[in-house]
Amino acid sequence: MNIIVVGLSHRTTPVEIREKVAFAPTEMEKPLRQMLALSAVNEAVIVSTCNRVELYACTRDIDNAIAQLRRFLADYHGLDDAVLAPHLYDYYGEDAIRHVFRVSSSLDSMVLGEPQILGQIKTAYSYATEHKTAGLILNRFLHKAFSVAKRVRTETSIASSAVSVSFAAVELARKIFEKLDDKTVMLIGAGEMCELAARHFVSNGVRSVLVTNRTFARAEKLADEFGGRPVPFAEFADYLPQVDIVLTSTGAPDFVLSADKAEEVIRRRKNKPMFMIDIAVPRDIDPRVNDIDNIYLYDVDDLQGVVAANLKGRKKEAKKAEMIVDQEIGQFFRWLGSLDVVPTVVALRKKLEDIRRSELDKTFGNLKGLDEKERKAIEALTAAIINKVLHQPTLLLKQSSNDATSDGYIDAVRALFNLETPNPDDEIKPLDHFDGEGKRSHG
Amino acid sequence: MSVNLLLFKITLLLYFVATVCYLIDVLAQKDVAGKMARWVLSGGFLLHCITLGARWIEAGHAPMASLHESLSFFAWAIVGIFLLFDLRYRLAVLGAFCTPLALGLMIFSLGAPGEIKELNPILDTWWFPVHVSLAFAGYAVFAIAFAAGVMYLIQERLLKKKRFSGLYFRLPALNTLDSINYKCLSFGFPLMTMGIVSGAIWANMAWGGYWRWDPKETWALITWFLYAALLHGRLTVGWRGRRAAIFSIIGFLCLLFSFLCVNWFLSGEHSFRVLAGG
Repeated sequence: MNIIVVGLSHRTTPVEIREKVAFAPTEMEKPLRQMLALSAVNEAVIVSTCNRVELYACTRDIDNAIAQLRRFLADYHGLDDAVLAPHLYDYYGEDAIRHVFRVSSSLDSMVLGEPQILGQIKTAYSYATEHKTAGLILNRFLHKAFSVAKRVRTETSIASSAVSVSFAAVELARKIFEKLDDKTVMLIGAGEMCELAARHFVSNGVRSVLVTNRTFARAEKLADEFGGRPVPFAEFADYLPQVDIVLTSTGAPDFVLSADKAEEVIRRRKNKPMFMIDIAVPRDIDPRVNDIDNIYLYDVDDLQGVVAANLKGRKKEAKKAEMIVDQEIGQFFRWLGSLDVVPTVVALRKKLEDIRRSELDKTFGNLKGLDEKERKAIEALTAAIINKVLHQPTLLLKQSSNDATSDGYIDAVRALFNLETPNPDDEIKPLDHFDGEGKRSHG
Repeated sequence: MSVNLLLFKITLLLYFVATVCYLIDVLAQKDVAGKMARWVLSGGFLLHCITLGARWIEAGHAPMASLHESLSFFAWAIVGIFLLFDLRYRLAVLGAFCTPLALGLMIFSLGAPGEIKELNPILDTWWFPVHVSLAFAGYAVFAIAFAAGVMYLIQERLLKKKRFSGLYFRLPALNTLDSINYKCLSFGFPLMTMGIVSGAIWANMAWGGYWRWDPKETWALITWFLYAALLHGRLTVGWRGRRAAIFSIIGFLCLLFSFLCVNWFLSGEHSFRVLAGG
C-alpha cells in the first residue's frame, strides 16, 4: 500500500491560482466522497489552507492515482488542466511521508515553525474521519505526522521565537504605527488565523477590538473573548473610519471591501494610515486598495517577505527538525511496508511454526518413550492443525489484497498474533545532542 | 590662514567623519558606528560654535554676511537643530540624512571666498543677526523636515512594494517620521514667519518700505505660502503621510533655491554682491 500526495502550495503557486483551488470548509463532504470514488484511491484526506491545497491518498496503483487526483483537482474547480498542471507537485512512498511530516512540523510553511498548520491538518483529518474517507493507513499516518510535529516542537526551538503570520503582522504594524496601544483593530470574519493574529495584536498592546461576522452570534462570542465590541456584518464599513488595523478572513467568494469603499474610508479618516491584513483565500480585499495613499494592504503571500527576512536564525533549528523527520520516516515506512499480504502470510506461518516447534520440543522432552513413527505422527498432526487454522485467514488475506479492506485485516492479523511489526507509534529517543552541522553525536 | 578658517576646516573634517559613521550605521547596520557618529558630530558642533565665535570677533559683525559665512551658518543651524531632535528621538538614521546635507553646505562654503570683507553699512544693525538667525533657524528645522520627508517616502515605498531590505529595518515607523515632519512644521513655520516679519521691519528702517518685491522676498513669500498651505492642510483636511512628506521636500527645495540661486544669480537687496558691499 502506498501513500501519495498531490497538491500545490505557496512555494509553487501564486495566490491567484491558490484561491481558485481552495476547498470551502463548509462543503468538504462532496470533494472527499468524489476523491474516494476514484478507482485508484482507497483512502482520502483533503488539506486546504490559504497556503496550500493537498490531497492525501492511499493507493495500490501509484501512477494511476496521481493522474486521477491531478485531473480531479482541475475538474472539481472547473479549471483547465494545462493551467493547473505546472503548479502541481506529487509525491509517493517515502517522499510523500517526508513531505507530510515536514508540512505538519511547519518546515514547509511560509513562516518556518508557525503553529497554525498543525491545527489545519488536524481539522482536515477530522473532516475525513467525519465522512469516513480516511482508513487505517491515513489514520495512522496522520497521527504519526501529529506526533512528529510535537517532537519537532518540543525538541527544537523552531517555534519558540514566535514566528508566525500573526507575528509578522504585528512587526509590520509597528513599522507603520510605532505604538499600538491606542490603535483599534477590526476582525472581519472569524477564521482561526485571523483570531490568532488579533490575539497577537491584543497581547502587543492593542486595547480596542471590533468584531464582525456574518453570523452575529459568533461575532458576539469572539468580541466577548477580546473584551471588544461586535458589529453587524452589514454595517461594518461604517465603523471602518475608526479602525487602524483590519484583519479579514471571511469565506466570501468575492471582495468584501472594494477599492472605492476603502478610498472613502481613508478620506473620512482624514488620511490617518490604515494597515489591512487579508488572510482569506480567496481574498477579501481588492488588491488595488494597496495603491491608495496611506493604506497598506498585505495578503498572505506578502507576509512571506516579512518572514523571509527573519529566517536566518532559524536555519539551525530547522536542520535539527529535518533530522527528526528523517528518523521518523524510516520507522513509519517500515510499518507501511509490513502491510503487504505476502510478508504478513510468511510472518504468520513462521510465527506459528516457531510455536509448534518449541511446543513439540517441550513435549518430546517429557515423553521419552516415543519411537520415531509416533514422533512423526505427532509432528504431522500439529502441522495439519496449523495448516487448517491458517487456511481461511490466508485465503481471505490473498483475496482481499486488491481492495481497501486488506490493510485492516493485515493490521489485525499482525496485532492478534503479535507479529514483528515496526510500530509507527513507538517512542524514538530524542535528539539531545546536536552539533548543528547535520550530524548527530552520541555523547 | 586665519584661526577661524583652520577651525572651520577641522569642523568640516569632523562632520565628514560623522557622516561616514552615520552612513555605516544605516547601510552596514552597525549600532556602534551610530553612537560614534553622535559623539563626533557633537564635537564638531561645539567646534563649529567656536569657529563662528572666532569669526564674529575677528570680523566685528555677525558671521552671516558672505556666501561662505551664510553656508557655514546654515550648516551649523542644521546640525544644532538635528542634535536637539536627536535628544528627543534618538534616531541615528535621521543623522544619515541630515549630516550629508550639512556636510554638503560646508563643502560649498569651503569653495566660496573665505576672507573677511568690510560690512555693507546696511547690515550694520542688530536687526541683521536677528533676521538672519530666525530665518536660518527656520531653514534648519525645515531641513530636518526634508530629511524626514525623504525617509518617509523611502519607507513608504518599501512598505507598499513589500521589499524588506536593510533600510526597511533601519528606518523608523511611518508615524514617527510623520510626527517629526509635523513637529518641524509647527516650529519651523513660526520661525520663518518671524524671520520674514523681522526682515520687513528692518527693510522699513533701511529703505522706508516694508516690502519691495525683491526676488528673494518674492521667493520667501512663495515658500511661506507653501508651508502655510501644508500647515493648513494638515490641521483641517488631514494632509499627512506621503503628501506632507512631498510638500516638505518641495518646500525645502524652494528654500534652497531662494537661498542659493536668488542670492547668487538674481539681483536684489539679498544678493551677496550687494550684501558684501561690492
